[in-house]
Order: sequence, then structure tokens, then C-alpha cells
Amino acid sequence: MDRRITAKDHLRDPVRETRLLRRRMVIALAFTVLLVLVVLGRLVYLQVINHERYITLSKNNQISIVSLPPARGLIYDRNGVLLAQNVPSFGLEVIPEQVQDMSAMLAALQGVINITDADLKRFQRLRSQKRYSKGVQLRQHLSEEELARFAVNRPRFPGVDITAGMVRYYPHAELAAHALGYVARISEDDLAQLDPINYSGSTHIGKTGVEKTYEDVLHGTVGFEQVETNAQGRLLRVLQRTPSQTGDTLHLNLDIQLQSVAAAALGQQRGAVVALDPANGAVLALVSQPAYDPNLFVNGIDSKDYNALNHSPDKPLYNRALRGQYPPGSTIKPFIGLGGLELGVITEQQNTFCPGWFSLKGHQHRYRDWNPKGHGTVDLERAIVESCDVYFYTLADILGITRLHSFLSPFGFGQKTGIDIGGELPGLLPSAQWKRRARQQPWYPGETVITGIGQGYMLTTPLQLAVASATLAMRGTHSTPRIVAEIHDAATGHVTLPETPGSTAVPVKDGRNWDSVIAAMTQVVHGPRGTARAIGIKSPYTIAGKTGTAQVFGIKQGEKYVQKDIDLRLRDHALFIAFAPAEHPRIAVAVLVENGGHGGSVAAPIARKVMDQYLLGKPPAEPVDTGSIDPDLNE
Amino acid sequence: MSSMISPWHKLHLDGPLLAGLLLLASVSLLVLYSAGGQDMQLLWRQLLRFGLAFGLMFVLAQIPPHRYQQAAPLLFGVGLILLIAVLLFGDTAKGAQRWLQIGGLRFQPSEIMKLAVPLMVAWYLGSRPLPPNLSRALVVLALIAVPTALIAKQPDMGTAVLVASAGMFVLLLSGLRWRVIGGAALLATAAIPLVWRVMHDYQRQRLLTFLDPEKDPLGAGYHILQSTIAIGSGGVFGKGWLNGTQSYLDFIPERTTDFIFAVYGEEFGLIGAVLLLALFLFVIVRGLIIAYSAQNNFNRLIAGGLILSFFTYILINIGMVTGLVPVVGVPLPLISYGGTSLVTLMASFGILMSIHTHRRREHS
Repeated sequence: MDRRITAKDHLRDPVRETRLLRRRMVIALAFTVLLVLVVLGRLVYLQVINHERYITLSKNNQISIVSLPPARGLIYDRNGVLLAQNVPSFGLEVIPEQVQDMSAMLAALQGVINITDADLKRFQRLRSQKRYSKGVQLRQHLSEEELARFAVNRPRFPGVDITAGMVRYYPHAELAAHALGYVARISEDDLAQLDPINYSGSTHIGKTGVEKTYEDVLHGTVGFEQVETNAQGRLLRVLQRTPSQTGDTLHLNLDIQLQSVAAAALGQQRGAVVALDPANGAVLALVSQPAYDPNLFVNGIDSKDYNALNHSPDKPLYNRALRGQYPPGSTIKPFIGLGGLELGVITEQQNTFCPGWFSLKGHQHRYRDWNPKGHGTVDLERAIVESCDVYFYTLADILGITRLHSFLSPFGFGQKTGIDIGGELPGLLPSAQWKRRARQQPWYPGETVITGIGQGYMLTTPLQLAVASATLAMRGTHSTPRIVAEIHDAATGHVTLPETPGSTAVPVKDGRNWDSVIAAMTQVVHGPRGTARAIGIKSPYTIAGKTGTAQVFGIKQGEKYVQKDIDLRLRDHALFIAFAPAEHPRIAVAVLVENGGHGGSVAAPIARKVMDQYLLGKPPAEPVDTGSIDPDLNE
Repeated sequence: MSSMISPWHKLHLDGPLLAGLLLLASVSLLVLYSAGGQDMQLLWRQLLRFGLAFGLMFVLAQIPPHRYQQAAPLLFGVGLILLIAVLLFGDTAKGAQRWLQIGGLRFQPSEIMKLAVPLMVAWYLGSRPLPPNLSRALVVLALIAVPTALIAKQPDMGTAVLVASAGMFVLLLSGLRWRVIGGAALLATAAIPLVWRVMHDYQRQRLLTFLDPEKDPLGAGYHILQSTIAIGSGGVFGKGWLNGTQSYLDFIPERTTDFIFAVYGEEFGLIGAVLLLALFLFVIVRGLIIAYSAQNNFNRLIAGGLILSFFTYILINIGMVTGLVPVVGVPLPLISYGGTSLVTLMASFGILMSIHTHRRREHS
């Protein structure tokens, strides 16, 4: 082979080779020009044909629309005390797309500011459920020092920014938690229902209570800013701005001072106090104890705190005022008595003999009175004042469950009150129809008998009891309870009133029937034998009230209820309903103390403190004496 | 025409080529001022590099071309040894071993190969009859393949492609028969799946991203997308010098180096791009004229190979920035900020000028 090549070498033709090479160079030039034309074609495609599209993309790069979240509306109590406000808070936000190495960045950032494991966990979670805005919150509540330190190191962290925002703060913490509710971070579920534009800059939304019901007016209207930003998302200048509109201010009917007195009166006991203005249903106080600090929820409660609240046997998250369903006990008696008068079954003077027990005709079973010795001969007033069970066993038996049901319904028993915060339960006003539907069982006459003293199937919430006693106080005018009094436009000051269905009337034809029952209730507090007479002492105004004790746990025939032998959580619930002044009622109260024992000694003094605070502007000068009366064992 | 000897020839400089190169350097400084955020320090540094590189070109132009022919095998051998040394002791930067530290000098041996490979191929083919037969062509392929493989292993795909193409241009210019070229092209096409398998993951990713950049607009496709936005938004007239928003707002990555054409295209538009391409084309045509008028096969082959390599750099860089070819780290010759490739480039222009200015007087 080499030989052949050598032979060819001798035949080298320089002219031919030169021509070959020069031809190749011309071809190379042709290729070069062709390829330059291809590049040129590409440039024409980009710069002429698609110019519009790329100019738009370039503008989108350059200009971003930033949402300006509105400031949330403030909430004041009836006397102008601030209950919910916004406080400034600085945080750190990360735009993940602009961070090249997330773990390295986070590690470096930890040298500058404090980032806890909880922060990191939350950051990863938020990152996985990213929303409209590009930034993901990493830290909140930066201290002044951290703020300064980050500002100095900021060039080291492209894609990390300081966010200045307002955070909801409840200065009274747990005091009004069950009424106000709280705001918290917008969840995935919330997102599905929100207006994505109006909430484009918002991070929080009302989750419970007033904050939730009035979310629409509290939130305000989002504003927008056209800004020029660089590739790292840093804002360079503002081009155009549409300011946001602050949410409306709410003025509540709630009196935080009264709320505080009610909570203090309940003290460590579990229970609820609801105070209403009977004239219009204004909720003056709504206390459920124990409560929780709503501030914990605003920025995402950590699981330790949440578990502590959620698993506490005292159930602090549980709104007893709206959701606690308890047998009304003897507090139902004035309503049944009124029903007896109105339906013509009894008269005010008509007597019933109480031997200490009651039996249905042809039955052996004895329904016992709380007083085993019996009350002797009692009329309606005495029956209410001394809370005679036998009188009401008898009356209920005569009325029958159907008439009881239809007479009690207009007071709101067995239905939601329609208060302007969510979550309330309807309680239960039993009827034969209900029992057939719910239990597939017929109604037994014995069940009517115990309904007469508010036991058995009947269940009421403290809020329902307050509404019913307000209705009683107003002689049949029934108003829907309202926590919010007025909605003020933050900019114009224009005032609107919350929607309310208006009042309805309980059908009682003879006005004297109201007088009879209210007079009897006044004697409960002010009469010498009244079950709540202790709270009537030295009261400068007249109180109409009724004590109640609701059984948690049944006692067998012939056994005696001995309080100290009963497990604390199985003890009776203490109840008291009242309104005052009896002649011109300005406040109606319902008090429930879980496992408190006796309504007269435990629940009534709480109501007195609340009424004193509201009507006299101060709590009772000396502690209400509860020791001066005999313990009424089972009224 | 041949009797006219310009004063430049006495200095062994080619007037038109020098003019073209100086114009390109001026354009470079103009764009760098904008792309570098009006940083005068950066401009001075690049000006210094231009000075050194033009100086080197001047020195190399004084050396007669037959010296390059003699030195080719030695340069190639030293280059190979250095490439092996890089793989054994090289510094790692950005995940690739490319740099070699000798004394105080830190350099990339692969840059030497951009010159050494075409020189070696031209040396081998230039002294043998043309067109080369198959066995010589295979020898040439081996001469190209070994350094290319070593560079690809660093890994530095961009330089490997450039080194290989420089060698291949010499082979193609040498008159290799079209049916051999056609057969080789078929073979190369058949080898694509094999190449795919030996590629690094990031290289495959780049290729996939090139094929569909909008699939991952914030990840790997970001560079291509942002540079096409910059160029496209420039339109016919451009946004004006110092007015490129894509550039000023940091959307263009590597905007003083590999992606400088995006800044240029955004600020000077299609008109500016056409002018720049025309300038490049002028230099290439001048280089091809030098190759055409060279007096022996070695000179023709090396001159042609070097000027076509220059074109390849331009094509790959602008192709990459406009989204025509996948992202490979190739700077735009003479325009991008940086010194390493500039030195190699100006050295090759020095050789071109040497070839053109050392011709024997032709008496016809």
C-alpha cells in the first residue's frame, strides 16, 4: 500500500491540487454565507415576526403587578374599646425560583437570623402549597436587630426579601375569644371559595366568630401597584398605584368590661354566661369558659399548643354558650307555667297538693320532688318560687307533649337562635313526632312528665336560655341576638346596620299571664322562700329569675343524691336565668356552670354580678352571700 | 496588484483583516460598557487583554509560516501531554477539570489544541498528495479524535466540538472525496444513540432543554428563553445603547460573556445584528481570500481551517443565544469579555497574517 502511495506521490500535480483546494474554499464560502443567512433568518423571526410577543414578555419581566392587601377593619366594643387591631410585623419571604441552591441559602441565612426548625417546617409546607403570590414566608416577627443584620447581608441572598405587613392582634386575648373568633392563614379549602383577585395580597382570613361572619366587610378591597422589578424580584420603582381600601370598622354590642366581669365571676369553673339587651337582642356579653388565646392562631398555632388546647378535658376551644346543649332543668318552669295559664289548663290561684312525689294514673313509678317532704299545697307562684317539681309534673301531664312543644317553640327552643356568629347548635325541643322520626319509638306519657321540669330529652344552649328569658322579659317580643351593632365605612364613616330578621311575637292573648309569671320569678329572687333569694339581698333593682339544676347522671329510684359522693364531672349543672329591672328590663342573662351543683347558690350570684356591672356600672360592693340559705337539694 | 506592497506588509500585518479585527474590538468595548453595568474597571481590563492579544498577533505574524509547519508535531505532542496532565492533576472549576497550574500561570491546555489540532492535520496532509485517500483520512480522524476525547472527558463539550471541527475543516478543505464525506455523515448519524448514552446527565438535559425550552421556563430553559426575549424585544431598531431592560434588570445570564449577543441584539436590534454579522463576514471572507491566495498546501489548509473555526465560534455562539443550537459554553469571538479564548483567536489571526505577508513575490 505504501508503495502505491509513493508511486502516486511522484505523480503529484500541484496545479490540480491548488485548484481542488481553491474550489473547496469557494464551497466553504458558499456554506458560510448560507449559514449566516440562516442566522439572519432566525434574527428576523425573533426581531421582526415575533417582536410583539417578545416585547410583551420583556415587559412582563420588567413590570410586575403587586397586590396591596387592604388593612383589615378594626373591631371595637360598645364603649369604643379596641378588641381587634393590626400591628406591624416584619418577616422574611423567599422566592424559590430565584434561589439557586435552597439548602445552601438557608444554611447561610441561619448565620444571619434565627430560623427555628418549626420555621423551616412551616416554610416547606407553605412552599408545597404555593399560591398566587410568588414569595413564601420563611420567618415572621423579625426583631429590630435581625432586621438590621439581614439588611446589611441582603446582597448575599438574592430571592430573599423583607416583608412588612400588618398582623391581627387581639389585645384582650382569651377574654372575648369565643365571640370575636380569630383570623388565620388562608387554607387550601378557603382558596376554593375566595375571590382570587380581592384576596391576591391577603394572607389571612376570618376563621371563626365575628371575624368569620363579617369577613366580607372586615377584609376591605385590594389595591394594586405596577412596579419595575429586576430578575431577582427586587423592586426598582413604582410606575402606577391604586391604593387598597381598608376594611370596615365593626362596633359590637359586646361590652368588654361586662365580659370581663362575667368571666371573672365564672372564675375557674367551666360554663357560659350570655347577657342580652332584651329590647333588641344585642349581645352584651358572651362568655364561655375556659377560653383560649386567639393570638395563638393568627400565625399558625404550633402542634404542641394546639394539642394542649384540643386535648384538654376542659375543652377550651368548645364554645359552650353556642354549642353546649344542656337540659334546661327548672329554668323551663316559668315557660310551662305561662303555657298552662295561656292554654286555660290552670289558673293563677289553682292549687295542687305536693306530697313529695307524683305518679301517673295506673302506674307505680314515683316521680320525686327535689324536696322529699313535699311542698304541701302550692299555687303557680309558690310552685315557681320554691321550684316545686310535682306541680309541673302534673301540669305537663295535663298539657301533653304536643301542646308543650307548640307553646315553647316561639321562645326559640329547639331552633338555632340565628346569632351572627357561626357554629351554634339547635338544642332539642322534643315531640312525639320527633321521637318517632329520630328514634323510631312512640312517645311515652312519663317522658312528658319529666319534660315538665326540663329533664329528659329536652336540651338548650345557654344562648337559647338567654334569648328565651329576654323574650319573657319583653312579654313575648322575640329578637334575634346580634353581636355586631354597627358597621362603619373606614373612609367615609358611613354607618350600616347588620342584617337582622326583626322581632317576632310569642302568641299570648292575655297580658295578665305575663304579669303572673314575672311576678313569681321576682319572688324567686326577692321572696323569703325564693330559691335565689340570696342574690336579692340589698339589690337596688328588682330581679326576675329562675334557678335550675340539670342532671348529668340519673339516680335510681329510692337512692339519694349526695353531692360529695358523686364524681366531679357527673355532678349536676347549675343554671340560672334572669332579667332586670323586672319592671323595665334592660338586661337578660343566662348562666350555666358545668357540674356546678345548685343553680341558686352557684349560677345566680354570677348573674347578679353581671347585672350589677351593667345596670349600676360596678360589680356588687360586697360578695354576694350564698351561705345564708339552705342548700336546695334538687330544685 | 501583486506588485503593490502596502506599508502594512512590511510589518507583516494584513490591513483589511486588522481593520476588521479592530472594529470588532471597538464593538466589544461598546457592548461591554452597557452589559457590564457601565463598569469602567471591566472595560480597562478588557482593553488590556485586547492590547496583549493584538501584541501576540503581531509577534506571531512575524514568524514565517514554514516555522509553524515545522513546529506543528511538537505543539501537538506537548498539547496532548498537557491534556493528560489536566485529567491527572487539573484544577476543577464549575464541576469540570480544565485548568492547569504551571508556576504562576493558570491556563487551559484545551485552548492550545484549538491551534495544535488544525496545525497537525495541515502538517500531515500538506506534505502528502491531495486529495487524501481513505487510510490517510483515517489517520487524520485519529489525530482529531484523541485530543477531542480527552477534552470531552474534562468535560468541556464546547471546546471539544470546536477542536474537532477545526481539524475536520482542514480535512474537508483538503479535498476529501464527497462520497467519503457522505459515508462518514451517515455513520455519524447512526452513532447518535451511542453518543447519547455516553453523555453526562447535564449534557442530555441541555439538549432536551434546547429542543423545548418553554417546558421548564424557570429552570434549565431560563437562559435560552431570556436571551431570545432580549433579542426579540430589541426589534428592528433595538432599545438603544444602555437601554436594554432585559440586560439591566439581570434577566440575561452571563451577559458579559457567553450571552453578550443577547445584550447586543436587545440594544441595537436587527440593524445592529446585521452590521455585526456583516463585519464578521468581512473578516471571514478576508481569511478565505488569504487561504485562497496562499502558496502551498499547508498554508492553504491551515489558513482555511483557522478562519472556518472562527466562523464556527460565531455560529455556535449566536446560534446558542438565539436558540438555534443547544447551550454550550462558547464565547462570541472578540466580543465576549474574557482573555483565554481571545489569546488563541488572535494567535490564529497572527498565523493568517504571517501566511499572507510571507508570500514569495510572484512574477508573471
